[in-house]
Amino acid sequence: MIKATIKSLEEIKGMIAPYRRVLTIGCGGCVSLCLAGGQKEACGLNIKLLASKSPDSDAVFDDITIERQCEQQFLAALDDRVGEYDALISLACGAGVQFLAERFPHIPVFPGVNTQFVGVTQDIGWYEERCKTCGDCILGLTAGICPVTMCSKSLFNGPCGGPQDGHCEVDPDTPCAWIAIYERLQAQGRLETLMAIQPIRDWQGQIPGRILLEEYRARYVEDGEKS
Amino acid sequence: MKSTSRLEKILSSGQFALTGELGPPRRADPDAVREKARHLKGMVDAVNITDNQTAVVRMSSLGAGLIAKQEGLEPVCQMVCRDRNRIAMQSDILGAAALGVNTLLCLSGDHQKFGDHPGCKKVFDLDSIQLLSMVKAMRDEGHFQSGEEISTPPRMFIGAAANPFAEPHAFRVQRLAKKVAAGADFIQTQCVYNMERFRKWLGQARDMGLTKNVYILAGVTPLKSLGMARYMKNSVPGMDVPEDLIKRLQGVEKKDQAREGIAMCCEQIQQMREMKGLAGIHLMAIEWEHRVPEIVKQAGLLPRPEPEQE
Repeated sequence: MIKATIKSLEEIKGMIAPYRRVLTIGCGGCVSLCLAGGQKEACGLNIKLLASKSPDSDAVFDDITIERQCEQQFLAALDDRVGEYDALISLACGAGVQFLAERFPHIPVFPGVNTQFVGVTQDIGWYEERCKTCGDCILGLTAGICPVTMCSKSLFNGPCGGPQDGHCEVDPDTPCAWIAIYERLQAQGRLETLMAIQPIRDWQGQIPGRILLEEYRARYVEDGEKS
Repeated sequence: MKSTSRLEKILSSGQFALTGELGPPRRADPDAVREKARHLKGMVDAVNITDNQTAVVRMSSLGAGLIAKQEGLEPVCQMVCRDRNRIAMQSDILGAAALGVNTLLCLSGDHQKFGDHPGCKKVFDLDSIQLLSMVKAMRDEGHFQSGEEISTPPRMFIGAAANPFAEPHAFRVQRLAKKVAAGADFIQTQCVYNMERFRKWLGQARDMGLTKNVYILAGVTPLKSLGMARYMKNSVPGMDVPEDLIKRLQGVEKKDQAREGIAMCCEQIQQMREMKGLAGIHLMAIEWEHRVPEIVKQAGLLPRPEPEQE
């Protein structure tokens, strides 16, 4: 899932300083699970904004949290609400912020979190990156360990000359992905996989991505219309 | 001949080759390159011009390499994958070849975190093995990575690095084999201090038949002091400095450590010359270019061969 971290109060206050009525919008999706932008965090941010406003300020701060900000049907719940505000703070990931801004283009929308990565929850409050969403998965060749994400140099053909005691030269707390790949393939009796030269790849994601499932195509594309 | 490289001529004639290294300056000063080049002229068969090593901005390898060439040296242009995508790489390779720089060392590159611009965006469009295959295809098949034809292909002599000492040890000779399969004509190794492990690695390469298909040059770096030896042992990734070398430097007074380091380096070179399957030495006297003449002389590597004109 997408992992995010909340921005500092200073930065958020700086962005919304020119506006009097501000609505903070939490997201019940990924950012809620990593404790960055769910209902609790939206509420918490609002309390901090209220507590830190100057006594003579007439600013209005409210908060609301919707199911997810990356789907139109959930954003629709805000249609009757946002008109009361001069600015919106979205605690969703970057995709959610943009979808919200797209639905309400006349109101300034500000991001309340920094979207970090696609990752896993090791335990509560402990998240780690695992996927760069490169669009061309080779995990089958690398024993389920992604070299694009987990190798600091995104190498495709084995470890560089730098690992020390099993760790990446860049960071002693980061295991060398290629040593891990080597050891797991060895344990599985698949070391020969590493001998094949992985060819130069055509990187995906060079333009904004779009998926239109074939079985749903007719729903969105008129006959003869350019997709 | 695959190229017009002087290094290729010397290696293919069966002579024991010697390459050096020149680190370009962190300023737009051609004299800094010339000064270093003067110490190396006539001492080495070719000289590697590093490409922003340790991810610190320096004069470009090609730029400094051309100055070195004007000074009578044969530059080995280094190219790392950290800073260039395939468009920039192929463009620089065409430029280098057109300017008569015809030896290229293909490297992954030190991570930007170690350098002076840790916030830069890393590239790594290709890795070093993929870069080797791209350069080989440009030269031998005359096409760009896109498949489009190159009417005048770059005739590069292609090199790669190898670290016999890094983990996982068992994979290191396999990685060498991958580099040879991808297109490496010659290999320069990481600095060798652990001679036993190096012998073992070279033996494995020989047993696999790799030394028949690639010229291997053993990397050596003279230790200037006990402090440098400790630094190499403890702080340089992928370096294997045995304790007995440290002890030997500890055994001499500080003012004599440089001389002892050079003596150790020369002894090492002597032993390496006897190793079957080794094609030469890559002498990396880091910021010590002015000591190269005495090292080369003391190691008995003079005079350097004059390759026959093509």
